Amino acid sequence: MVNGARLDVRGVSHAFALEKRALRVLEDIDFTAEPGEFVALLGPSGCGKSTLLRLVAGLEPPTEGRLLVDGKEITGTDPSRTVMFQDPTLFPWRTVRGNAQLGPEARGSLAVNAQRIEEALTLVGLAGFAEAYPHQLSGGMAQRASLARALVNEPKVLMLDEPLGKLDSLTRLAMQRELVALWERERFTALLVTHDVEEALLLADRVLVLSDRPARIRADIRVEQPRPRRRDQPSLVALREEILGLLGLAEAA
Amino acid sequence: MSATTLGARIAAPAARAPVWPSGWAAGLAWIGTAALISLWPDADDLGRTWELAALAAGFGGAILVGAVAATLPALAPRLAPLRAAGPWLLVLALALAAWELVTAKLDWLPRPFFAAPQSILEVFTDDYARLGESVGRSLLLVAPGYALGAGAGFLFGVAMGWSRIVGYWAHPVVRLIGPLPATAWLPIAFFAFTSSRGASTFLIALASFFPVTVLTWSGVSAVSKAYYDVARTMGASPWFLVRKVAVPAAMPSVFVGLFMGLGASFSVLVVAEMMGVKAGLGWYMQWAQGWAAYANMYAALLVLALMCSSAVTLLFRLRDHLLSWQKGLVRW
Ligand SMILES: Nc1ncnc2c1ncn2[C@@H]1O[C@H](COP(=O)(O)OP(=O)(O)O)[C@@H](O)[C@H]1O
Ligand SMILES: [Mg+2]
Repeated sequence: MVNGARLDVRGVSHAFALEKRALRVLEDIDFTAEPGEFVALLGPSGCGKSTLLRLVAGLEPPTEGRLLVDGKEITGTDPSRTVMFQDPTLFPWRTVRGNAQLGPEARGSLAVNAQRIEEALTLVGLAGFAEAYPHQLSGGMAQRASLARALVNEPKVLMLDEPLGKLDSLTRLAMQRELVALWERERFTALLVTHDVEEALLLADRVLVLSDRPARIRADIRVEQPRPRRRDQPSLVALREEILGLLGLAEAA
Repeated sequence: MSATTLGARIAAPAARAPVWPSGWAAGLAWIGTAALISLWPDADDLGRTWELAALAAGFGGAILVGAVAATLPALAPRLAPLRAAGPWLLVLALALAAWELVTAKLDWLPRPFFAAPQSILEVFTDDYARLGESVGRSLLLVAPGYALGAGAGFLFGVAMGWSRIVGYWAHPVVRLIGPLPATAWLPIAFFAFTSSRGASTFLIALASFFPVTVLTWSGVSAVSKAYYDVARTMGASPWFLVRKVAVPAAMPSVFVGLFMGLGASFSVLVVAEMMGVKAGLGWYMQWAQGWAAYANMYAALLVLALMCSSAVTLLFRLRDHLLSWQKGLVRW
């Protein structure tokens, strides 16, 4: 069963107006994510990955080009396209549960979703911290709370902006596994921003390698290795070398 | 292993708390002051000397009981705040003794301008009805005015912070008129309103309106855009963004405004009661001064101080309750 939506990004360029000149951030980004596909966006920091997610979320219109979900132009935000932001941006005046229920509450469907909120909290391992306030959480717990908040909206497109960046390496491994399991169950279309090549290869069906700012798609790499994957599988190691080469970081063999 | 030792330590009977030296000293000082008041004859014929002495003696006795109780393990934790007040209780006893000496006993300070402690006590025992009524009248005047001004200021501040158009038009006006003390409007207000009560309510409301407006406005303007982005991606309506994002995020700043507005309201209250309204504590003080009844004036001043301080305490309690998420308190 596939719940995800098809996402078309057609010739999208984006620039920010700075004081004197325009800062070009995205240049002619063009790709399609099939329904239920897991796409990783890999690129150096500051190249425009978060900006691309903001455009898909509908928080800003692109300077040029079009974005479509299931063939319909994106004109604004919609809960079917939710983002787990790079900063957890939890509301400090709400408990973990209060934060997780933000989406249903905003849409007036709190009663229907009570069960789902508890499930999401359990899934990210925060059931015991439902009444805690954000200032009482560690960085990793805050990111997990932020993930729960995104999940309760049953997104068709889930955007994850460096979701595991603040986790220690052990929790990170566990969460990567959880993310795949979650995606295999719900089959949303996933856009994962990361700067970790191994993470991209472990999780995604496809890896879009972006250039320095302004970001262009340098390569569109399909990861055929069936799941569950291990980072030392030969095909993944080969892909890793290829991608590091593209990023100009090839290890001397 | 370590769990057992920890358990054993908790189970062990709590030791007696240490003695409370400043408590003993304060208790004895109060009783000494009581002796001074009652045994040393007054220089002049003053009322309520015996009552004052009895009060001081009773207070001293209560402190001594507290000093004994504070060493009992069962009561020690609850009496900890009292312990901290020890030096204050001692100094207050000494101050009362000194005041009593230079006024009632030695008559060094000119009367009636400097009132003896028993004269102020006499005001409370003899004129409590009028004082009580004045407190009631003051509260009935300041409460609606403050509520009106704070409520309007809050709504206006949110509108200014939220809507660019409201902000554009309101900002210069607030900048020009906001810093003006509300009492400057007094002549206009008493002219424009037919009743002095209406005029005073208007002025008190005005006094709290501006600080609440400005601080609500700045609180709402300072809300991080990222919070709005989060809520918007989840389908929040503009109304939801105002109520559930802008307002809660601005609350710490709003409370600063409410606190400043409260002080401004009280200051206008007293002036308004002195100038136009013929009731309330401000009026009582002015009336007392007219009769050279300085003891009454000081008594009213004391009551006013207690009233303002209690109002601020209440406001802070409310803040601590509503903004508990700010503190490092562990609450689950
Ligand atoms: N609202 C904005 N106004 C101006 N510049 C911005 C804005 N948002 C991001 N940028 C700039 O755009 C570039 C890309 O940002 P971002 O998309 O966050 O990069 P990243 O790939 O690290 O997520 C950065 O140089 C950043 O400074
Ligand atoms: Mg980013």
